[in-house]
Amino acid sequence: MTVLDTKDESLPRAEHPAAEAWRVFRSRPAALFGLLLLSIIVIVSLFGPVLYAVDPFEIVWAPLTPPFETETAILGTDNLGRDMLAGLIVGGRATLLVGVTAALITIIIGILVGALAGYYLGWVDDVLMRITEFFQVLPPLLFAMVLVTLFSPSLPVVAMSIGIVSWPATARLARAEFMRIRGLEYVSAGRSIGARDGRLIWRVILPNALAPLIVSATLTIGVAILFEAGLSFLGLSDPNTMSWGLMIGSGRQYVLDAWWVVTLPGAMIFLTVLGVSLIGDGLNDAFNPKLRER
Amino acid sequence: MSDTANGANYLEVQDLKVHFGKKGATVHAVDGVSFTVSKGTTFGIVGESGSGKTTTALAVMRLTHITDGHVSLEGRNIGALDGEELREARRAFQIIFQDPYSSLNPRQRAADIIREPLDLMEIGQPAERDGMVSDLIKQVGLRPEQGALFPHQFSGGQRQRIGLARALATKPSLIVCDEPVSALDVAIQAQILNLMANLQEELDLTYLFISHDLGVVQHICDEIAVMYLGQIVEQADRRTLFTAPEHPYTKTLLSAVPTLHAARGDRSKRQRLSGDPPSPINLPKGCRFASRCPLVEKQCHETPPPLRAVSGGHFVACHLAG
Amino acid sequence: MTVLKVDNIVVDFATRRGNARVLDHVNLEVNEGEILGIVGESGCGKSMTALSIMGLVPSPPGNLTSGSIYLEGRDLVGLSKDEMREIRGNEIGMIFQEPMSSLNPVFTVGEQIAESVRLHENASQRAAWERAVEMLRAVGIPEAEVRAKSYPHQLSGGMRQRVMIAIALACNPRVLIADEPTTALDTTVQAQIFDLLEELQKSRGTAIVLITHDMGAVAQLADRVAVMYAGRIVETGTVEQVLTMPRHPYTEGLIACVPHLQPDPPEKREPLLEIPGVVPSLTELGDGCAFAPRCNRALATCTGRQPVLKTEGNGHATACWAVEAELENV
Repeated sequence: MTVLDTKDESLPRAEHPAAEAWRVFRSRPAALFGLLLLSIIVIVSLFGPVLYAVDPFEIVWAPLTPPFETETAILGTDNLGRDMLAGLIVGGRATLLVGVTAALITIIIGILVGALAGYYLGWVDDVLMRITEFFQVLPPLLFAMVLVTLFSPSLPVVAMSIGIVSWPATARLARAEFMRIRGLEYVSAGRSIGARDGRLIWRVILPNALAPLIVSATLTIGVAILFEAGLSFLGLSDPNTMSWGLMIGSGRQYVLDAWWVVTLPGAMIFLTVLGVSLIGDGLNDAFNPKLRER
Repeated sequence: MSDTANGANYLEVQDLKVHFGKKGATVHAVDGVSFTVSKGTTFGIVGESGSGKTTTALAVMRLTHITDGHVSLEGRNIGALDGEELREARRAFQIIFQDPYSSLNPRQRAADIIREPLDLMEIGQPAERDGMVSDLIKQVGLRPEQGALFPHQFSGGQRQRIGLARALATKPSLIVCDEPVSALDVAIQAQILNLMANLQEELDLTYLFISHDLGVVQHICDEIAVMYLGQIVEQADRRTLFTAPEHPYTKTLLSAVPTLHAARGDRSKRQRLSGDPPSPINLPKGCRFASRCPLVEKQCHETPPPLRAVSGGHFVACHLAG
Repeated sequence: MTVLKVDNIVVDFATRRGNARVLDHVNLEVNEGEILGIVGESGCGKSMTALSIMGLVPSPPGNLTSGSIYLEGRDLVGLSKDEMREIRGNEIGMIFQEPMSSLNPVFTVGEQIAESVRLHENASQRAAWERAVEMLRAVGIPEAEVRAKSYPHQLSGGMRQRVMIAIALACNPRVLIADEPTTALDTTVQAQIFDLLEELQKSRGTAIVLITHDMGAVAQLADRVAVMYAGRIVETGTVEQVLTMPRHPYTEGLIACVPHLQPDPPEKREPLLEIPGVVPSLTELGDGCAFAPRCNRALATCTGRQPVLKTEGNGHATACWAVEAELENV
């Protein structure tokens, strides 16, 4: 009769793949730094306005006052004499909100289209991929500008238009992952033990395809933030909602005389995108099985 | 059908064809394969890469499309089923794969992998299923507490046992084995082959066993078909095939296997194939082996040889055999 | 004449679970025109032996802790990277299991062979190309002039492995290391490659180290064989000695657990002999024989002390307490 393979071995710890990923993530200093950075920015944006209740649109001091000259506006004022600090604190909300919403829209459309195309292939794939290509060849900035001008320059419209121009890349990635995984034997095994298509797509393939998609979604947040900044800079975002992009946009003429007007919100965008990218890199390592054992 | 009743024609494959690709560049992966398997026996299909053996297995499992032909299990045409009917019918036929690494979902614990078919096929009451899982785990020689582990925590042989337990969960009568031991270390192969033989006896299983390893096939199969470029070129029971092979391809294949006690230097006498097999897209009109055959004659290039009986139960597709 | 001598090498790997001794005092000798087979399961150290000879032990985490490797009397351990690069290709060639991933897909096979010639010899472009075509002919590729202009994906698996052999042999090395050269190939193609290797060994006097898990391949091709387990050589001798009179219980098991093709198979199917359990983890080896937990002949001594290779008069050596006790009693 068969001998038990591991008769005398004590049972190793059963670690869930997600727990394992977190363990790897935790061991990367850069990723932890990114997480810390982003956490600080998120917390400040969420709770900052409560503690520092200055209206960012209110004129508080002489225009273009440099930082550290008056206690009323510690980080100086912009060209209209508005408090820079208040703008930086409140502006984070809009920027982050647009970034996260746009990334969510990207990932949802991207996964839906990519999953169906990559799983069913054939004519489904042909149709969905032609649509994807249509969106991919549109110049993203121009298309977003058209959308924003057609509707109103409000935050939801900005987030939507960024999402709509960025999903094709995610869809292609999702499709490639689905095509790869659907050919693996555990998917065939799933079919032969009676799993229906829906289960195979959403419960079997998707969780295994998620790792690179999460990484790309994280990076999409960074791209979306930059995109929002670009639109605001061009004056195509909501002028009544303070955002870092809006601050840069309205201060752009004064950059040579008053460096802080553009540099401070620029630095915030830089730090946010840096934090997000470091987290994305960390996740990439965490989900890479080849790096786990080290 | 009286034959079906006593199990002689338990699995019947008739003129099976699986073609891939578009018009003009069709790959004839499986091109007119017929065989029958008796209940409780092991039917082996051997061949080299491109012979169509794995595609045949996947077609029987309904995991690839069937271009033409019939596949029937206990008299029921499973080749024609689809949708929910096919899903239900899958209880009766299961598969184990070659690669123990890609055949298990890395995100599921072993016990969940084995439990999944019970849930999906609604076998037993939900409350009973934990017990059934633990019985299955024991049946394949693992310990129930190992069910809490993830696939990457098992060795190759253990993973193959989990794959077997998953296949056995629906109490199938046919198990298609696609190179089940080729990816395992030699010492582990024996463990799995013995386990499979024991399970066959205990559960009256029928195996359709796909392999390129003639030693393994000789050990485990009762009846063997040799495939070349999508067709069966020779089929016989185990002893006949290995002691009296008729097809020149079978003979070359047998002589190419390194045996343990052949004296060195014997090799000059061995037959060697020259060249590569023809492309499965542009097939020759005569015998598919003709371009590499040492015995080839004029007629071989003109008419394809049919698979015909040379003696009871021994079939050969060669103009010159018998 | 001894071409290659592996002298007492020890290779350690630093892992998360502690130090793993991947090779533990391994000794090997290969003579001119001889084929030495190294067999064992995955993780036994056979591939690591090959990498050590090539000076390709990945470091870190690996480290050649002690020992020497002599190529025609010259110690390779301690040579600089540049000197080692000279040796590889010029004096030691290597072929791998997966010929596709070892070839560069964007160059023709002729260019790749010529490149390897030019890398190690002062040859003109034209001379190198002619040499490449000549090599392709030597490894049995028909229409060598035409095939030299093919890209790797245009060739079959067997052809690609022939190209790899041609690259390895382009500079006429003294030693050829073949690491599972036919595992990815079909049976009939494997037979062709074996024929080719044997012919090359005969016509050029190349010493070949054949690394394989297949006892059949060893029986076909090798003159002498070393059986490895958990980083150590447990038995070595001529192929006749080891295959017809295996001494070590592990060698016995390796031979008996594989269903070898028989010309006249018995009517009834017998269960295969099993080696129970699995290969031990190299970080958790005790003081005793590493095979003892899986051994059906283990004695009390086996778990306490590591057996060393004991040579019988005819050169057949075994590292096993049970065998030693038996031979003493005779």
